[in-house]
Formats: sequence, structure tokens, C-alpha cells
Amino acid sequence: MATTANRQPDGPVKEPDFLHVTRGLRSWLLTLDHKRIGMMYLCGILISLIVGGAFALIVRTELWAPGKLFVSGDTYNNFFTLHGAVMVFLVIIPGIPAALGNIIMPIQLGAPDVAFPRLNLASFYLWVAGALLLVLTIPFGSLDTGWTLYTPYSLETKTPVLIAVSGVFLLGFSSIFTGLNFLVTIHKFRPQGMGWFQLPLNVWAIYATAIMQVLATPVLGITVLLLAVERFAHIGIFDPNMGGDPVLFQHFFWFYSHPAVYIMIIPGMGVISELISTFARKPIFGYRFVAYSSVSLALLSFIVWGHHMFVSGQSRLANMVFSALTFTVGIPSAIKVFNWVATLYKGDIRLKTPMLYALGFLLLFTIGGLTGLFLGILSVDVHLHDTYFVVAHFHYVMMGSTLVAFLGALHYWYPKFTGKMYPESLGQLCSLGVFFGFNLTFLPQFVMGSRGMPRRYWDYDPQYQIFHQLSTIGAYVLGISIFISVVSLFWSFKYGKKAPRNPWGGSSLEWQAPTPPTLYNFENPPVLHELYNYDDLEEIEPDVWVRNTPIEDAPARADAIARQTGAVADHTHGASLKEKAISDVHAKAEEVRAEHKLTETSHGRPVDPAKIDQDFKDAAKVSGAGEVMPTAEKVEEVEAKDKPGSVTQGWDVPEVPSDDKEKK
Amino acid sequence: MKSIIRCLVLAAFVVAAGSASAQPAPQGSGGQTTTGTAGSAAVAPEKGTAPIVPPVSPADKGAAQGTGPEGAQSPGPSTQPTGSPDGAGGSDAGSAANVGSAAGSAAPAGAGSAAPAGAGSAAPAGGQAGVAWYDVLANKPIEESGTFWMPKSVNEAADDSDLMFYSVLALSAIFFFAITIAVVYFAVKYRHRPGHKPQPSAAHNDALEITWTVIPTIIVVFLFWYGWRSYIRVVTPPQKAVEIQVLAWRWNWQFTHANGVTDSDLHVPVNTPVRLVMTSKDVLHSFYAPAMRVKQDLVPRRYTYAWFKATKPGTYRLTCAEYCGTSHAQMACLETDKHTGSCLRRAVVVVHSPGDYERYLADKAANMLNMAPVDLGKLVYEKKGCNACHTVDGSARVGPTWKGSFGTTVPLSDGTSAKVDENYIRESMMAPQAKLHQGYPPSMPSFEGQLKEKEIEGVIEYMKSLK
Repeated sequence: MATTANRQPDGPVKEPDFLHVTRGLRSWLLTLDHKRIGMMYLCGILISLIVGGAFALIVRTELWAPGKLFVSGDTYNNFFTLHGAVMVFLVIIPGIPAALGNIIMPIQLGAPDVAFPRLNLASFYLWVAGALLLVLTIPFGSLDTGWTLYTPYSLETKTPVLIAVSGVFLLGFSSIFTGLNFLVTIHKFRPQGMGWFQLPLNVWAIYATAIMQVLATPVLGITVLLLAVERFAHIGIFDPNMGGDPVLFQHFFWFYSHPAVYIMIIPGMGVISELISTFARKPIFGYRFVAYSSVSLALLSFIVWGHHMFVSGQSRLANMVFSALTFTVGIPSAIKVFNWVATLYKGDIRLKTPMLYALGFLLLFTIGGLTGLFLGILSVDVHLHDTYFVVAHFHYVMMGSTLVAFLGALHYWYPKFTGKMYPESLGQLCSLGVFFGFNLTFLPQFVMGSRGMPRRYWDYDPQYQIFHQLSTIGAYVLGISIFISVVSLFWSFKYGKKAPRNPWGGSSLEWQAPTPPTLYNFENPPVLHELYNYDDLEEIEPDVWVRNTPIEDAPARADAIARQTGAVADHTHGASLKEKAISDVHAKAEEVRAEHKLTETSHGRPVDPAKIDQDFKDAAKVSGAGEVMPTAEKVEEVEAKDKPGSVTQGWDVPEVPSDDKEKK
Repeated sequence: MKSIIRCLVLAAFVVAAGSASAQPAPQGSGGQTTTGTAGSAAVAPEKGTAPIVPPVSPADKGAAQGTGPEGAQSPGPSTQPTGSPDGAGGSDAGSAANVGSAAGSAAPAGAGSAAPAGAGSAAPAGGQAGVAWYDVLANKPIEESGTFWMPKSVNEAADDSDLMFYSVLALSAIFFFAITIAVVYFAVKYRHRPGHKPQPSAAHNDALEITWTVIPTIIVVFLFWYGWRSYIRVVTPPQKAVEIQVLAWRWNWQFTHANGVTDSDLHVPVNTPVRLVMTSKDVLHSFYAPAMRVKQDLVPRRYTYAWFKATKPGTYRLTCAEYCGTSHAQMACLETDKHTGSCLRRAVVVVHSPGDYERYLADKAANMLNMAPVDLGKLVYEKKGCNACHTVDGSARVGPTWKGSFGTTVPLSDGTSAKVDENYIRESMMAPQAKLHQGYPPSMPSFEGQLKEKEIEGVIEYMKSLK
């Protein structure tokens, strides 16, 4: 390990990591640390995932045979409604942005936290409150409207719609706050030198998502508020019996919920870009096209909501316009898929668990996207609308793509934020289980749908039984795979192997942070490298990667090397002569010291400190600085003095709120 | 990289060819998917040729009458021997009633010219005593033949849309396999192994990227355009069309024909454009006949429209595609399995052979007013959707069972109680929420104006008969 330790960019971590910096339940519940908030989100989301998955399995089990097996009618309606509401509002929408985005995105920016830590905590508690309200509907008779809450049914049903829409309202605000927070963070907390096109694609995706969260979610809030007012005060808004318009509700609802589909999928696309690039050891092909396509998808998503309503009675002109606009969404989606595939070309592909999920995503998203073409074609949609074809299509996009991306991302960053490795073989096995189980569940549903099986039916024509049975078997394979994955991740948190700083050879900034990161993420200012350039990274032992130009811990030395080779940039630009001289000494000394340690340890002999000091002196003489650094401690002292706001790196240290300091 | 481009270019060509030219071969790997028995499927087309003579001659009816004594429930049919040929005056077409309520075996007797359809269809469905010939048709198993993917379209206007479906299916298959092959090929060829290193390649290539932006753009423009054109055909009825009013409520359909005949099965003539004018009484529903490729939401207090021109006589599925609450899955279910609760017979679309539609209108109209009150009540129970919520076997569904309910005293939701007598039943139909049976949801719609006086009496008599 000596070799490793030596070549570890930052050496041993001196500060405690964020998991251990403070202890006790209170320190978690009141934390302002984005990583802890993200981890609390993550736990909530994983629990919701299991609950929502259990509802799905109940639904699928009932569908094993026509007629009633154990739930029917109202009970069945409750279960599919709960499945939809839990999965959409509690799992998929906050899954990648609020949980993994919270944990990773600020670190990818090299920032110590998000812009508004308190708002971040508030949005988490709004999520908790919303989730509790959704759960609270169960003892009050359970919602039976479907997650879409279509009027006038949702105005008439005796089930607790008011509680549910209050929950949705709060969840909406949670989403808005998260989006707002991330927008500001990405705008203001990028380090100097990190322009928009040096942002990791994951950050681009989260940025695009945040735009939608901030602009679209208020419409959801208004819509459910109107629904509540109508139910409560009997003011005719959507109820035709009071002069309202039930189709208007659909417009309002999809004006949010269509962008919501992209709130779900775009972060997934972001992490897939990261995973494919890292595990193929290749820069993402056509970075700018991928980045722009994220933003264009986000913008286009606002103007296609009407394609959910082709048979609702909306005018034919509107249908034509929405159909045309809908097809434009296909273009950036196609670009992304082609770019991802091209990224694999001539790479060095490592089929680790996250990469298996990523490749699975490529195929599933392709199916999800292509089947979207059927539904965009007006005449074909008339036949397929509200059938299992639609069910299968949106599961391919929302689950096959988003959830698979979420699982991939979870495995990818898991070592970083927990400091533990997950069991790799089990992870690979589960990812295959997810892939095949998923396809077995939903491919038959396309056939059922085009044969005319409508959605939300607990009883069906016997001709569909074989497809339903295949689907149910697939659902169990899928459910068990995900369940094992989640359990193994919880298990690894306690018992997993210790994770190195950079287990995958990732190039973005989070891999320079200690594992797990310290309270403010970095002990030393991270050094920007060319994004998605893996030439410097070398795997020195399985799952341990280092940079061959170990410049992270010695900016001065990096500068020296940089100047010598004429490469990169002169980080000491603007420094005084004396500072330059000092940095020269450091550089030289570091080099010598590193060489010695390497050669000596590789021969199994201990390092002689006296020899190092001698090398220092030699180096000082050679550089002509006239100042001798007698000991290694002295070197560190000088470096420490140089670090914050030094000439070497543009490291924006944001203002930290005083109570945030206290938690240290 | 070249291989990808080649694949994509190839795909684009095939797409262009596919959407412009003939229908690609259906992906019929799964073979035939007929649910109906071979026998019933075979019967349907032949029957289409027989009944060219829609007006039923009184003499023949008389003959049918005489030979059908087991159809004893039909009350005095022979007293009205003159049928109205156009079937518009429902009441004076009374003699046709015997055809309806006669036993299956009675119908063939008059088969010479009066009830050829009855002859054709009653035989396989033997034993359906007392079932009208048109209901025998409706009770037949659904016929569906088609490809692995879809039942065959029987709506002329939807042929283009099917062509679009199969074209896009071919296109999708090409793209999907191209991408899958590329991914798998790369993942294998460039897999990590000892000594393997990533090789240098361009990080972007504008020409390539613009190519794969432009190609999908061209494809989707074509898809949109042809989709729009075929959609216009699917939604624009010709000037002359048979118009049928559709009313939906939880959980039944009611189709009202030009002569006032109502039914929960949709009966339509073959090779004739049929236009549906639809609305809903309560929440959203959606009229969906898969074989017609027709789907349209029904919105309360607003009319929506659909049309189709069925090309082949037969019995086809009809479902509700917009979620509408408790019994959405069993909208207009006429018969359920006792053990599983699975629906055995849903409302259907019956496409009649030429002439039979007119006969249906006449017979149905006659039938509805010339039955014994108990039978009429039973018919109303089945056809007006009472059976969606009320059982006659003693079990509770959404509403209380009818069995043995007459004469009992029931608790009401306001704490009082009421005796189930004629007046209570009538009030419960007209103002269901006025005296609500305790423990049941107030979800029953009012039937004010929906039922004729005779029908109301019939329901009361029917309830009395359920001991």
C-alpha cells in the first residue's frame, strides 16, 4: 500500500469525513451539508422505491389471471394509483436531481456546498411532509383517481383527494426549491476557469432539469390548488356541472407533467454521459451536441403537452400542432443516443456494474424513444392511446431509462460518498436481472397494447392472459433484482470494503475529493484538468486510479512542470519573482522526494529522511533561490500558507454561514 | 464508425421506402390470434349474404309465430300482425317481438325469409332460450383475426393508420437492431483486457453529427406528415352517415338509434359510415373499439364525435379506455363469472349484414314494449347497466343486491329506515340519493327521463320476482 499511499494525489486525509465530522441523530436532521441532505433524500427515495415496487407487484400479481385473485375494483384502483403517485412524485422526480444531484453536483463543481444550504434542508423536509401526506391517504380510504387526478372523477370520488393534492403541492415546492438552489449554485459556484463548456455533462443535465423544475412545477401547484378549491368550496373550474371545463384540467396537468417526464429523464441522460465516458475511457463524443441537446429537450418539453390529449376532444388543429412539435423531441434524443454509442468507439470498455446499467439504459431508452414515435403519429395514437402500449412506452422511458440510470449512478458514486465499495459481482448480476426482468415485464405489454388491452383494468379478456403472465414473471425478476441491489447497498455501507479515492478513474472533480469527502468536500483546492481526458489516469491496482501527473497536492510543483513542458497554463502568472522561486524549490524538492520514495519502496527499503533533506538542499542550490528549506515540515508550512486564494488556482471560497461552521 | 454510418444510412433508405410504398409484411411470427372459435368465425361472413330483404313480411312472421310456442313469454304477438317495414314506429312492429323472445329453435322455423340471421347465428348458440336474434349475435364470442401485433382492422378509414403502424414498427426495428449491434459490437471489440488501451479517435465530428441530426429530422417530418394525413381520414366522417347517439355513465353505454331504440351493445350496418355523437353523464369515459381503431373520450356536457365504416359483419370488442372509477375494468359487463368475478360478456359492437341493421331497429323497438313486465325488467337490468352495481344472486357489489330485497325494510344513511316497496324503488331510480341505503356509496346516477313507464314497472316486477 505504500506505493499507493504515496501516489495518492492528496495523501492521507487529515480532516474527518462528512459522515463522521459530527455524530448523533440531531446532527443529521438539522444538517446543512448538501451530502447529508442528499443521503437523507436517498434513504427516503430508496424506501419509497421499495414501497412503490411492492404496489407494482401487487398489481402485477392480480393480473396473473382474469378475474379477481385477491384485489379487485376499488382496491386494485387504489394500488395502481399509489404505485403511480409514489413512483412519480417520490422516487423518479427527486431520484437523480435531489438525491444524487445534491450529493455529487456541488463536488463536481469543486464547490463546498450548494448556494442555499438552508433552502436545501427545507426542500428535503417539504419532500418528507409531502410523502407523509401521500401515505396518510391510505388510512383515510386511499386515493383511487390514478396519479393523473383527472377531473371530473377526482372532484366526485369519495377518496381523500384533498390530502393527496396537499402532498403533491408540497412535493412541488420541494422540487422548485431544489431547482432554484441548483440553478444558482451552477451559475455562481463554478471555480474560475470552469466555463460552461468545461462543466461535466451531469451538471449540464441538472441545470436543464432545474430550469424545468423552476418554470413548470408552479403550474402543478396552481392546478392542484384549483382542484382543492373546487372540491372544498364548489367553485366551478373543472366541473362541467358548475360551468367548468374538465379538459382544461388535462391541459394544466400535462403542462406540468410533460416537462416532468423530462425532469425525470434528463438527469438520467446526464449520468449516462458520465458513466459511458468514464468506463469507455473516452471523452464523450460531441460534448457540445450532447450539452445543447439537454437544454433543447428541456425547452421543447414545454410545448408538447397536448400529445397526451389527442383523443380528449381537443381540436384537430391543436392535435396537428402538438403532433408536429412532439416529433421535434425525437431529434435531440436521437442525437444523444448516437453520441453515446460513438463514445464507445475505440474505447477500453470496462463492464463494471454502473457501465452495465449504462449500456442497458442505451437499449431501453432506444426502445422507449422509438415507441414514442408510434404515439406521436396522430392516427396511430388514436388506436394506442390509453392502452398497455402507452404503459409500456412510458415505463421504458421513466423506469427503463430513468431508474436504470439512477441505479447506475448510485453504484458509480456510491464509493465516493459512503467510502465503501459495493459487492461488484452481485451488482453486475443484479444489473442483468434488472435488464432482463424489465424487458420481460414490458415487451409483452407493447403487444397487449397494440392488441387493444386498455390500461387500469383489473379484469381482462382471456386472450391477453399469456402476455400478462410473462409480464408478471418479469416484474418479479425485476423487483427481486432491485430489492437485492438496494439491500446490498445498505449492507455495504456498514460492511463494504474501503473505497479508494478514485475507483473508476473518473476525470471530473469529485474524484479528487477525499473518500468520503470532508465537510467542505475538498481539503485542498481541486485542480482542473481537461474534462473527460483519461490519458493521465492510470489504474495502479484493481479499482485504484491515480493521475500520473500528481499535481493535486502540489500546485507549485504542477506549475513548475507546466512551465517546463510549456503545457497547460502558467498558474503562477502574476506571482512575484520570489514566489516563483519558492515554487521552483518546492517543485524540485517534491520531485526528488517522490522519486526517492518510489525507488526505495519499490526495492523494499525504508526511506531515509536525512537523504530527503539533503535533496532539498541540493534542489534549493540548483534553483538559485537562495533560501533553504531544511525539512519537509517547513515545506508543508509554506504550502499551507500559499494555498487559499493562492496564485496557483482560482478557487472561489464562498461565504459560509456562521452556523454552518458550528457544525464542525 | 463507418459501420454505424452505413447502418444508419441504410435505415433511412428503408424508412423512406417503407413509409412511401406498400405495407411491409406484418410481423406475423406469433401467428393467428383468434379468440373466437373457428366455428363462429366461419359463420359470420356467410350470413352476410342472406338477408337482403329487410322488411319482414307479416305472413312470414305469422308462420314463425305458430312454430314457436316455446317462446311463451311473448305476450300476444299475433294480435298485431302488421309490421312497419321501416321499423320507425316501434310499437306497431310488435309482431317481430316473437322473433326476439322465441327460443333459439323457433327462429329457424321462420328462416325462409324472415329471420335468416337468426337462423345462421342461433344454431351455434343453441340453448339461448328467450334471447333475441340480435342478442344472439352480440353474445357470440369476439372474432379477431390479425397479426401478432394487432387484430385486423375492419374500419376502412383506418387502413392508412395500420400502414403507418407497421412502417414505424419496421423503422424502429431497424434502428433498434442497428444500435444494439453497435453497442454489443463495441462492448466486445473494445472490452478491457490486459494490454488493451483506448485508441485515439476524434472527440467530435461535425459532419457526422450534423448527418445524424438531419436524418432523424427528415424521418420525423415524414412521419408527422403521413400521420396527420391519415388522422384526418380517421376523424372526418363523410356527409352521409348513420348517426347514433352515445351516452356513457358509470358503468354502462347507451346507444340510441334514429328510431329511439336504445341498447348497451352498439349495432351498426356493414359498409355504411356510422357517426357517433357522444357525451357522458358523469365522468370521462372513452369509446374504444380496437378492431375499428376508434377511440374518443366522452366528456360530460360536451359532444365529441367518432366515426367508422365497418367492412365486415361480425361481433367486435368495445371497451372503455378512460379511467372512470370502481368498475372501469368492467364497463357494460353483462355477465360475470361467479367465482372469479371476471367479466364473461361485455358490451360489443355488432356489425350487421346488409339489411339486418334495419331489422334490428324494428325488432328491438317492438321487443322493448311487448314483453312481459318481468322480462322487460330483466332486459332493463342488463341493458341499462343496473347490473354494473346490483346483483341478482344475493351478493353485494357497489349497490345492494336485488335478490329478496322487495318487501324488506332497509336502514338508510340518515339513520332512519325505509320499506322497499314500489314507491321506494321508483324513487331510488329517479332520485337515488334521496333515501340512500346505509353502507353504500351515493354513486348511482338518476334515471329520470331515461326509462319509459313500462320499463320502470318492469324493473319493479323483476325485483319482486327475485325471491
